[in-house]
Amino acid sequence: MNKKITIEPVTRVEGHGKVTIHLDDQNNVDQTRLHIVEFRGFERFVQGRPYWEAPVLVQRLCGICPVSHHLAAAKALDVIVGAGTGDGLTPTGEKMRRLMHYGQMFQSHALHFFHLVSPDLLFGIDADPAIRNVIGVAMKHKDLAVQGVMMRKYGQEVIRATAGKKIHGTGAIPGGINKHLTPDDKEFFINGPDPMNIDKMIDWSQGALDFLKDYYKKNTDFIDNFAQFPSNHLSLVRKDGALDLYHGVIRAVDAEGNRILDDVDYQDYENHIEEEVRSWSYMKFPYIKKLGKEKGWYRVGPLARLNTCDFIPSPLAQKEFEAYKSLTNGKPNNMCMHYHYARLIETLHAAEMMKELLNDPDLMEGELTTKGSRQNRGVGLLEAPRGTLFHHYEVNDSDEIVKANLIVSTTNNNEPMNQSVNRVAHSWMDGKTEITEPMMNAVEVAIRAYDPCLSCATHALGKMPLEVKLYDAHKTLIDRKRT
Amino acid sequence: MSEKIKFTIDGKECYAEPGQTILEAALDNGVYIPSLCYLKDVIPAGSCRICNVKVAGRFMTACTTPVAMGMEVENDIPELNELRVSIIEMLFVSGNHFCPACEKSGNCELQALAYKYTMMVPRYPYLFPEKKPDSGNKKLFIDRNRCILCKRCIRAVKDEQGRSLFAFKNRGNELAISLDHELAENISDELAEEAMEICPVGSILKKEKGFQQPIGHRKFDKQAIGSDIKSVIK
Repeated sequence: MNKKITIEPVTRVEGHGKVTIHLDDQNNVDQTRLHIVEFRGFERFVQGRPYWEAPVLVQRLCGICPVSHHLAAAKALDVIVGAGTGDGLTPTGEKMRRLMHYGQMFQSHALHFFHLVSPDLLFGIDADPAIRNVIGVAMKHKDLAVQGVMMRKYGQEVIRATAGKKIHGTGAIPGGINKHLTPDDKEFFINGPDPMNIDKMIDWSQGALDFLKDYYKKNTDFIDNFAQFPSNHLSLVRKDGALDLYHGVIRAVDAEGNRILDDVDYQDYENHIEEEVRSWSYMKFPYIKKLGKEKGWYRVGPLARLNTCDFIPSPLAQKEFEAYKSLTNGKPNNMCMHYHYARLIETLHAAEMMKELLNDPDLMEGELTTKGSRQNRGVGLLEAPRGTLFHHYEVNDSDEIVKANLIVSTTNNNEPMNQSVNRVAHSWMDGKTEITEPMMNAVEVAIRAYDPCLSCATHALGKMPLEVKLYDAHKTLIDRKRT
Repeated sequence: MSEKIKFTIDGKECYAEPGQTILEAALDNGVYIPSLCYLKDVIPAGSCRICNVKVAGRFMTACTTPVAMGMEVENDIPELNELRVSIIEMLFVSGNHFCPACEKSGNCELQALAYKYTMMVPRYPYLFPEKKPDSGNKKLFIDRNRCILCKRCIRAVKDEQGRSLFAFKNRGNELAISLDHELAENISDELAEEAMEICPVGSILKKEKGFQQPIGHRKFDKQAIGSDIKSVIK
């Protein structure tokens, strides 16, 4: 008898989605799908608005990483106002934006690791869900919980100082930034009372990484093999191959490390990336054109970034990067749970970069904006916490936006997340008739590794809990569980 | 020297020059009466009704009513403040005022009044009118969705020969401001800036200016509208 299992909604991720799993007569997994059921329509209603509104309007897609949208839109509009593509800004403009972005990366990664993922690691996939949550972490591992909260707070304060507000600020404007860093803010971030200073943030980032490495040593089999599969990887890298979260050229590698795309100017992204629409999800499926729909899908985010870049331009993170790369002998890492490892290396990198920038005098003085010859088309890419984020705008001569296309980080990870769900479903559910809570959570653990933001990805509103439904071959609901 | 006119606002003794309106005299005496369509040195329109006060039991617009000797004006009283909130709410529902993405946010007088009078959510249904923005001018972007029809632009944005760059068009629900594209074709940067400043909301925007003022430096970021008017009444 065929059965269909639905997991709806998925928990401890941002946004709202459901998973359906079809079982055949022998109760083996036949087909799996991660459905994204929200619809938002930002690409449509930004049309007709004056272009300079886009960075402030479109960031409302998300309350977790609005800065990524804010900056990607601003980067696209830099092109529109003739200020170039990311490296054409004034030193103050670019460095203030970078500080904002590293603050964002730091707080978002801290949120994901401490609040969303640590319950699975500390208590186990099959622990009682009443304990396996952020409150459980706070009760049993107070120090870790406090670090998570304070690291997030530090990043949010950096955003406040650069964007004007912790959430949905206005700092980045076409061609630059609208403010300098104040001396009071600089002093606070560098020499603030413990723990609110950059040295403590670097310490704690290193501490979180040490915690994960220790966990990895004890759970190597789980971390290496859970939902692992080969894939392509795509991200921006700096021209010289360094990890650069704010600006660079597109590079894509396959599972063996062969370069598929390299040194691609993102203004030409349409020549290399295409999006497929499937009827059962509001989230599109992007792929690399020259490899086609079947083979062209790719992963983005921390795992992909550490697979595409050659080195990390900050000393502590570089040291960790070298140890991390040695696990796969320098080859791309295709292990899903290593997303967490890579994410914490990036967290350390973001903290180091913040320290470097905070000591840069350009933040305190200098021209804020620049502009040149007006253009009608602009594309802005950056590496958001969850992966490569594409913003593309077309503007008419009267300054109205006439077209917008957003390919959000999580959208890039659509097929990989589906692949992960499929693998976990096979290994946990093949031949089983009863759905257990740990089975459902295993599916969610795989999705969670990508730190998906489903609200952003469908350009949706609300939170994202997960529910599982089991149907027989006649589409009759025979079991249903909600997390 | 003409003799000053003695009157009271909420029981406090005030003095006015002959011919002064209640609103002008209140400002001179350091009393805040909220307004939206009023502009200093411009003929008042009395169109927004936010400045309604009560005199001898009757509602009167403070921006158009001259002070009379012995007048007893009621201003900051629950009855009037409640009416003011309801006017603000009606203005919100009759347009598409999306503060989060509006570059006038923090400098917008309608938003500032909503905060001052603690408007939570409008009690009236949103009308969601569809009004096309006018982006045809090189320096100005007109978003009619945010217009509150106060006529400040019509009365105050003028060229060197005193001709208004703006006018009303249509009637009733269709009433809208319209920019005279011929007159405004060569509008100066200064006048375009001034037009944006004159508009109490985000309806008239100077192109390419958006969001240059950081949060924290905007007019109403740190103090409520009207709080700069210090009482001089003993």
